[in-house]
Amino acid sequence: MTANELKSASRDTARLMNRSDLCRRLVAKLKQEEAVIGGIGNSHFDLWASGQRPQNFYMLGSMGLAVPIAFGVALAQPQRRVFALEGDGSLLMQLGALGTVARHALKNLVIIVFDNGMYQITGAQPTLTSYCTDLVAMAKGAGLAQSVWAADEAHYEELIDVALKGEGPWFIAARTDQQPPAGVTERDAAKIRGRFMQALGASR
Amino acid sequence: MSVETAARTISEAWDEIVVRVLKANKVELVAYVPDKVLAPLIKRVHADDFFTVLAPAREEEAVGIVAGAYMGGKRGIVLMQTSGFATLPNVLASLAVPFQIPLLMMISERGTLGDFQLGQALVCRTMRPVLQSLGIEHYAITRMDEVEFIVDSMIKQAFMTQAPAAMILSPLLTKKLAI
Repeated sequence: MTANELKSASRDTARLMNRSDLCRRLVAKLKQEEAVIGGIGNSHFDLWASGQRPQNFYMLGSMGLAVPIAFGVALAQPQRRVFALEGDGSLLMQLGALGTVARHALKNLVIIVFDNGMYQITGAQPTLTSYCTDLVAMAKGAGLAQSVWAADEAHYEELIDVALKGEGPWFIAARTDQQPPAGVTERDAAKIRGRFMQALGASR
Repeated sequence: MSVETAARTISEAWDEIVVRVLKANKVELVAYVPDKVLAPLIKRVHADDFFTVLAPAREEEAVGIVAGAYMGGKRGIVLMQTSGFATLPNVLASLAVPFQIPLLMMISERGTLGDFQLGQALVCRTMRPVLQSLGIEHYAITRMDEVEFIVDSMIKQAFMTQAPAAMILSPLLTKKLAI
């Protein structure tokens, strides 16, 4: 499928979905030991709550770096699909990374952004996306042609299927609601990294 | 034998030695934010097919990429100048150090020994206190005959102990003895 064949909603028409539900829908489709990098806060909390796959990496800080970390993993392991799960506030902190992803066009990299328009974990202060900023437009401007808004859950699942088969990089944005995360990640950095590397066959 | 005489007896340039040591230690990924002092090293890695070379928008992004690549089994290094390092305390304290990632950093030391830019001079003074407070191994390379030993042993120690390491390129090496 080419970029032209991808149908995209607009941010205004995209249905408000639930981040925990979207994480579970993604994880249900991962059958090839795909790696998933969960961005800081609620993104990785809901990834954790969707089942603690050893191929998941949970960021305990370094806000904005889910995409660069996923890019690094994807670069090191070109045969493995790698997903970055990021929130709108986090992505806004590291927009240059979108240009890096576009420039190097790794075929195995998929970026999923949950855009709830707020810094939910710190008290629901609005982010720029709740005013005027469209992250899909920014991704396209950075050079990521395959950037789309998911219209609803069914469309989101179609986009994941396409991203699992076709050549990336992909940028999939979903509007999400204000529901709290479905769980909280165990905060043991050394254990998270050790398990992740073992699952990726990259242990020392 | 004076330092300068010793340096002249070494036929390789400092950047040539660094490239050789990186290759010997299988450090394949180089992510850099440009710096004038680092320019010959950057040119050299670009010209060598052994390396995968990236120029991300920010130093923090470069650290994320190299950390991810390490977890995927590929060794990398971040090249930057002092002011770029000053943007890194958060990612060092929340990713590299707690996750025990052997993040290699090579920092061109600006803002000292004759740098005319006030901004560089002030930023420079924050580098060592940050490295010290985070407990990150760091060493300045000041002479040609130190390059191979310091770079090689710091890389090896970083991977053996799973800890970040900062190799500081002093103007004593890159400026005073520039040929």
